[in-house]
Amino acid sequence: MERVAIIGASMTQFGQREEWIRGLLAEAGGACLRDAGVSADAVDHLYVSNMASGEFEGQTGVPNALAHDLSAVPAYTARIDQTSSSGGAGVYAAWQSVASGASEMTLLVGGEKMTHRSTSEATDVIASLTHPVEYKHGLTLPSFAGLTARHYLDTYDAPRESLGKVAVKNHRNGIDNPHAQFRKEVDLDTVLDSPIVADPLRLYDFCPITDGSAALLLCPESVAREYADDYAVITGIGGATDTHVVHERADPTTMGGVVNSAEVAYEMADVGPDDIDVAELHDMFTILEFLQSEDLGFFEKGEGWKAVEEGVTDRDGELPINTSGGLKSKGHPLGASGVAQVYEIYKQVLGDAGPRQVDAETGLACNVGGFGNCVTTAILEGRQ
Amino acid sequence: MTDEHDTNGGEDADDTDGAPVMEAYRYPDGSITYPGHPYGPGGQEPTETVDLSEYTAEVVTWTTSTATPPGVREPNTIAIVEFDVEGEPVRAIGQVASETIDIGDDVRPVYCEELRDPEAGIREPASQEWDGFRFEPIE
Repeated sequence: MERVAIIGASMTQFGQREEWIRGLLAEAGGACLRDAGVSADAVDHLYVSNMASGEFEGQTGVPNALAHDLSAVPAYTARIDQTSSSGGAGVYAAWQSVASGASEMTLLVGGEKMTHRSTSEATDVIASLTHPVEYKHGLTLPSFAGLTARHYLDTYDAPRESLGKVAVKNHRNGIDNPHAQFRKEVDLDTVLDSPIVADPLRLYDFCPITDGSAALLLCPESVAREYADDYAVITGIGGATDTHVVHERADPTTMGGVVNSAEVAYEMADVGPDDIDVAELHDMFTILEFLQSEDLGFFEKGEGWKAVEEGVTDRDGELPINTSGGLKSKGHPLGASGVAQVYEIYKQVLGDAGPRQVDAETGLACNVGGFGNCVTTAILEGRQ
Repeated sequence: MTDEHDTNGGEDADDTDGAPVMEAYRYPDGSITYPGHPYGPGGQEPTETVDLSEYTAEVVTWTTSTATPPGVREPNTIAIVEFDVEGEPVRAIGQVASETIDIGDDVRPVYCEELRDPEAGIREPASQEWDGFRFEPIE
């Protein structure tokens, strides 16, 4: 099996954008090819991570549209939809295409256009992933977060403030990310006094609705030096599912997809949680950062909140989490988010993260779809 | 399994008298799920149905959502509850029928003809059922 290198990366400005899905994808895809100095003619496979361009915009067939817009025809192309983890699943598909030898050069572009829809409409599009029994009761992803947050706080005797500190930390990190939707500090009182969305969670416990796109260019490591002096290697990657019906899980505070995808990724990379220097986690809701940091093995079950309280996950802490600002500050254009997480880890392990830079040789990105329904975990190492 | 159970996709159904039932499936290993699935643990097909509306449950956790999608009541209080069916735990989720609820409360299922407006959301109205059971605290 070929070892796979990432030789180029890009992301657009995240936020409320005038461009529609085709424009966003072309912006990131073109920038990524330019970043690597690779012509579109060289692209064998082109994957597009996108959850719902048909539902949001009435535009389907986006992979073929992007192949034409980038002048990458006749590249093989496919859309990767795994809801909020479409980006991570795209990284997996792109990695597979190169690792298997099917492609010598794979471009992955993730993107979503959402902000033209009202919050209510966008919430419904995302909630359409739920089982009919959940959907008819009006379950939304935020309401799953509220249910789980209450259970976590009650089970582990964690203070409500600890969730707020995740939001404070990630907003602080996002100030130094020029692509982030929100580049402003928020204090704990602002988080705790913001309007209730899904009790006990409040507005600032949730990521925003976002437009944006991100891209990665992958090739076999054996030829990576022909294109780049510095590159990153995907040393481990795993994907897994959990139950579609969320309440059927034995422990509501454990995401089996995170546990199982991480186990595969750690084994492939021959590393463990202690070897990870920096991580991007899927903080669509603040509670998810606790669950993932525990299910990835960074902290004991029920102890993730203490790590945030003690500053362990701060940018200058022992294990910085979400140096990009996370989905919380950077924004969450569904299909782009998993790609943008790997973009941040790529920058970190190459020492190219500017003011966000931490001391990192090995980084991890964990992308979560649904409420832990589908998960991809990827581990990157820098080669300089 | 009867044909009736094969065709409702694991959603709630009516019994032979037309009365609504909160239908869970039991599998060969004794486990029960709500909703039912075509295949259970080990890929085994369900052996029978269980009407959870005949049982009471305990609240595991709850939330009140104030940002609800089109056609959903606002605010919308939801609970995950756990039934005890002759010693077998079965979890379910649903709207709460009262203004207050707490972890550990005992609740009973109460039937509701329409839980949300089928015409207002993104899902095709004919693709699923819209009636079901809310949870009401037992005084």
